[in-house]
Amino acid sequence: MTSKISAWERVKIAREPDRPTALDYIDNIFDEFIELHGDRYFRDDKSIVCGIGSIGKQNFTIVGEQKGRNTKENIERNFGMPNPEGYRKALRFMKQAEKFNRPVITFIDTKGAYPGLGAEERGQGEAIARNLMEMSDLKVPIIAIVIGEGSSGGALAIGVGDKVLMLENAVYSILSPEGYASILWKDSSRAKEAAEKMKLTAKDLLDLGVVDEVLKEPNGNAKTDVGKMSQIMKKRILALTKELQGLNIGDLVEERYKKFRGM
Amino acid sequence: MVIDKIKKRIEYDVENDNQEKEHRSDIPVGMWVKCSKCKEILYKDDLHKNYSICPNCGNHFRLSSRRRIDQIIDKFTFEEFDLSNESSNPLGMNDYVKKLDALREKTGLDEAVKCGIGNINSEKVVICVMDSNFMMGSMGKVVGEKITYSIEKAIQLHLPVIIFCASGGARMQEGIVSLMQMAKTSAAVQKLNKAGNLYISVLTDPTYGGVTASFASLGDIILAEPGAMVGFAGPRVIKQTIGEDLPEGFQTSEFLLEHGFVDKVVNRKEMKETLYKLLLLHKGGESR
Repeated sequence: MTSKISAWERVKIAREPDRPTALDYIDNIFDEFIELHGDRYFRDDKSIVCGIGSIGKQNFTIVGEQKGRNTKENIERNFGMPNPEGYRKALRFMKQAEKFNRPVITFIDTKGAYPGLGAEERGQGEAIARNLMEMSDLKVPIIAIVIGEGSSGGALAIGVGDKVLMLENAVYSILSPEGYASILWKDSSRAKEAAEKMKLTAKDLLDLGVVDEVLKEPNGNAKTDVGKMSQIMKKRILALTKELQGLNIGDLVEERYKKFRGM
Repeated sequence: MVIDKIKKRIEYDVENDNQEKEHRSDIPVGMWVKCSKCKEILYKDDLHKNYSICPNCGNHFRLSSRRRIDQIIDKFTFEEFDLSNESSNPLGMNDYVKKLDALREKTGLDEAVKCGIGNINSEKVVICVMDSNFMMGSMGKVVGEKITYSIEKAIQLHLPVIIFCASGGARMQEGIVSLMQMAKTSAAVQKLNKAGNLYISVLTDPTYGGVTASFASLGDIILAEPGAMVGFAGPRVIKQTIGEDLPEGFQTSEFLLEHGFVDKVVNRKEMKETLYKLLLLHKGGESR
């Protein structure tokens, strides 16, 4: 059944305004969660949520790209499109995770890094680059989960994980299908056609080895049962954390290097 | 007759220039070329003797990787890495493969970056030079692989790395695989950091997107050529997003210097000596 859903339909599901966001999952997955703010340089970017949480006795550092659930929230969250300070906040908490030996869980859900004047002035490219570099040898396990739209370097900037998971209807790509069509064919209206070509579905990415696991969505759409979706994610987070913690740190980091080295 | 011919050539080049609009490509065909900045018609030999810098206004024309290596690396010392990289076509696009073949034929390049070992005033370095004549220097799997290989080779040989960046960003035709090259190359830079080798990144016109958001921004030292356009998002996208015109000088090397993302803007004529000086100032640190 599910294989009949086209790539473009997945894009549309991934973008549904009532699709569960990072905070919806965080609330459901973790027993405790305390959100903490700011990059310590410029300001707090609300399009990335960071904090510390726990499941049972296991503590985690949590980083999630956060879209709004309505117009007001979306304006506050900049439609889930981070500025450099968002990525720097994420890095600040990932480095803390290393200090306190907490695994990192990231939730990817963005149309991309924000293309604005201020973002360029404050080094959007540098911020993303630094995250990629620092994540590549962070000395704690990293599990990244693409929950909605994972688009461009803005998604990858929190996506250099030992394990990269993807929800069944999530999409992950170099650029939005609109942007892709606009660059390759100078025609953004051919987005649907682009989506089919781009190999952006969970299944495609699993085949390409970009993604390690695809998580099935309850009733074919996560929004029908956030609780159940969260339970599925929680189960995998716990199992994978245990698996990754079983490796010594040197091996963990070397395996991560090899994983991305091979792509 | 001769004058007529020259006139025709000029018209041809001017036309060529117009077609390319803002693209300041490395010297179109013919003996004459028009500077895209000051519109002066220049005799190509003069331009080349002047490091492909407009003698009239100082505009730095885009350079092919071959010319760049000639300008930076001591004569006869450049040895290109022998990498038999098969092209990658993860999205299975037919016209992409054809385009690559045609470009290889036309440019004599195998891909958008040339990598190897060479000397700068007898100082040995690993050098990678991106070439905007090949798919606008975009980074697909082969480019990512060559950069990563070069960095790993530098670690192995205890050599500094210099990368001349010139790229429109990640290569769209290879989709997500191109995106992953950002992680791959950045991870390699981190290995280089841990090994203690010097990495100098030189930003040239244009450096954008996935290249800016990976190795280009990660140099211990980041130099830039005057007037080069450098950024993450392209100006057109930003303009569309914010709905207003972009300020004068936005995303130029000088803009990046002002905002603290570039260490030094260096005229091409002084590039080799500047690199040499930096290499000497780092000596003793990297070789233990």
